[in-house]
Amino acid sequence: MARYAREVAVVAFAQSDHLRRTDELSEVEMVMPVLHQVLAATGLKAGEIGFTCSGSSDYLAGRAFSFTMTLDGVGAWPPISESHVEMDGAWALYEAWVKIQTGEADTALVYSYGKSSPGSVRDVLTRQLDPYYVAPLWPDSVALAALQARALIDAGETDESALAAIGARSRADAGANPHAQLRGSVPQGDYQVRPLRTGDCPPVGDGVAAVVLAAGDLARQLCERPAWITGIDHRIEAHSLGLRDLTDSPSTRIAAEHAGVFEAPVDTAELHAPFSSQEVVLRKALGLADDVAVNPSGGALAANPMMAAGLIRIGEAAARIHRGESHRVVAHATSGPCLQQNLVAVLEGDRA
Amino acid sequence: MSKEPVAVVGIGQTKHVAARHDVSIAGLVREAAARALADAELTWADIDAVVIGKAPDFFEGVMMPELYLADALGAVGKPMLRVHTAGSVGGSTALVASNLVAARVHRTVLTLAFEKQSESNAMWGLSLPVPFQQPLLAGAGGFFAPHVRAYMRRTGAPDTVGSLVAYKDRRNALKNPYAHLHEHDITLEKVQASPMLWDPIRYSETCPSSDGACAMILTDRAGATRSPKPAAWVHGGAMRSEPTLFAGKDFVSPQAGKDCAADVYRQAGITDPRREIDAVEMYVPFSWYEPMWLENLGFAAEGEGWKLTEAGVTELDGDLPVNPSGGVLSTNPIGASGMIRFAEAALQVRGQAGEHQVPGARRALGHAYGGGAQFFAMWLVGAQEPTS
Repeated sequence: MARYAREVAVVAFAQSDHLRRTDELSEVEMVMPVLHQVLAATGLKAGEIGFTCSGSSDYLAGRAFSFTMTLDGVGAWPPISESHVEMDGAWALYEAWVKIQTGEADTALVYSYGKSSPGSVRDVLTRQLDPYYVAPLWPDSVALAALQARALIDAGETDESALAAIGARSRADAGANPHAQLRGSVPQGDYQVRPLRTGDCPPVGDGVAAVVLAAGDLARQLCERPAWITGIDHRIEAHSLGLRDLTDSPSTRIAAEHAGVFEAPVDTAELHAPFSSQEVVLRKALGLADDVAVNPSGGALAANPMMAAGLIRIGEAAARIHRGESHRVVAHATSGPCLQQNLVAVLEGDRA
Repeated sequence: MSKEPVAVVGIGQTKHVAARHDVSIAGLVREAAARALADAELTWADIDAVVIGKAPDFFEGVMMPELYLADALGAVGKPMLRVHTAGSVGGSTALVASNLVAARVHRTVLTLAFEKQSESNAMWGLSLPVPFQQPLLAGAGGFFAPHVRAYMRRTGAPDTVGSLVAYKDRRNALKNPYAHLHEHDITLEKVQASPMLWDPIRYSETCPSSDGACAMILTDRAGATRSPKPAAWVHGGAMRSEPTLFAGKDFVSPQAGKDCAADVYRQAGITDPRREIDAVEMYVPFSWYEPMWLENLGFAAEGEGWKLTEAGVTELDGDLPVNPSGGVLSTNPIGASGMIRFAEAALQVRGQAGEHQVPGARRALGHAYGGGAQFFAMWLVGAQEPTS
């Protein structure tokens, strides 16, 4: 615990059901029930929260300043101390955690959301690439992930049947997750971009996640079994795929070192691996033993709402500690093509 | 618990212009960051983390450009955060970076904000139709003009005040080598004769569209000790937000702005901002926002802000200089504009503001706002290390 100035824990987590389409809902209408649910779990009201931070992307909403409207869902009156990252909500959680470390806040509400259904997310994500040399070629996100999968197979790190097993395990585990978009056994399907089949790729969908953080004794008051964030760090790599070894994730490894992942065994890992092949890379970077439960929630292969899927990993990891099902968990979030940017957090329950 | 004191030891800006055709987005941000490092006499290796901000991605047409910019900003292998809080983003970005140091999570942080508006069309970026919401096709000026009109009606301010602000800021910009608009032949009559765009806002009372970037190096007490130039110390910083549209909102003087300023003054031990603050870099995209924010920030009583402007108090040689740099009215790379305010405030207390230096400035306020006047970010910097 001495790593940081203050003990901070995830004390509540809520998420929407993740759906292929939510045509009948605006973003505000998607976000509000989840915010109410996560606050109700702590008994706190919006006005009692010390700091609020959200994550989202204008390109999914198809308009500038899209987050200004979802702020209405928070009920920011009287005015609140608030910020936003144009990133997955896992990084909003990081900003909120830093704010609590300064002592300026004792609690934080973190939320993120994404509606991928109005557009083609494969096309939209091409706008994330180098705008002068790469984006004009429109290489889509599945094609880039397939490059990474091919590199892994060529390097002898995995094969197609091993990838299929990851997909099957994730979808089977999601059977116990009422919020997941794809649940129960799902066929591996046809090739999307070789060597990736449908079952190796995440579903496209809409969803919301929210977390409440609290410091020290307040966390103990708000939650019977707080999920303490004993380490958190994030790192980025070069953007150009040609500058990276796609079979490895040094940024995940550096973040894990700084978060203290390797100081003691973990029993569970919630990894933001939207493609089955990326789980192979992350397992290696995090040095996960074979007996670690990976993505018992079903992971991003069962529900991958853009901008929320990383925060969901932290939330699912924390919820397992809240329920007493896990004791030391690593949670991971990713952003950018082929795992360019990675956040790693260690969450632990109080020792009995 | 105690926070680590935060010092600004390096500041870099690009020369802001309408279109930087000679550099990519990466080239633009690298230029500002390299200047900030040179100012601090540090290298890329001294930077522990990067915090970057900009206004909507649609302004350049690049989704989450921080991913593409990681290499240009020396962030590979480091943490990189991307903040987005509408027009206040430059200020919010600096505050997030400052918190990393204050929390002792990192020791030395590069923070940068930019906009390269020439890559796309800002009015298009702001006008994409959204289902279930009222279309807002009038541009920012069309949104803010009615609130200016409400201010005039509420306070009885004469309709000459807006042009005084524009004339002052454009003259101040002539002393700032990085300012976008250098109107050497500016006169008050020219401002007053400029076309009416959104009554009562005239063409010369509006901000330009700029390409530009601003960067700062923030560090802890040990880093400040090693700094070759004077540091600007962060005495207080805060963000406040309120909803865009609701019946109780006061668009003339939003509660979030008042609360944000009050929090900053409390942290900095300021009880009489008019007397205790030596210079203000205020977010004034339309000239009338100077008198409005003078009241919102507690420099004047309600209804009295325009009197300070009219009396010359906010001139560069007045007793409360506002926007000695020329402000947003002279330079507006939107995502960077808030950080420029914060950086210019720091330049003032470091005594590094050159021709637009306020003599003997010891404490300065940097201010930013965004959205429908719903997001606020401010910091107060001083020449002395804070005592508490």
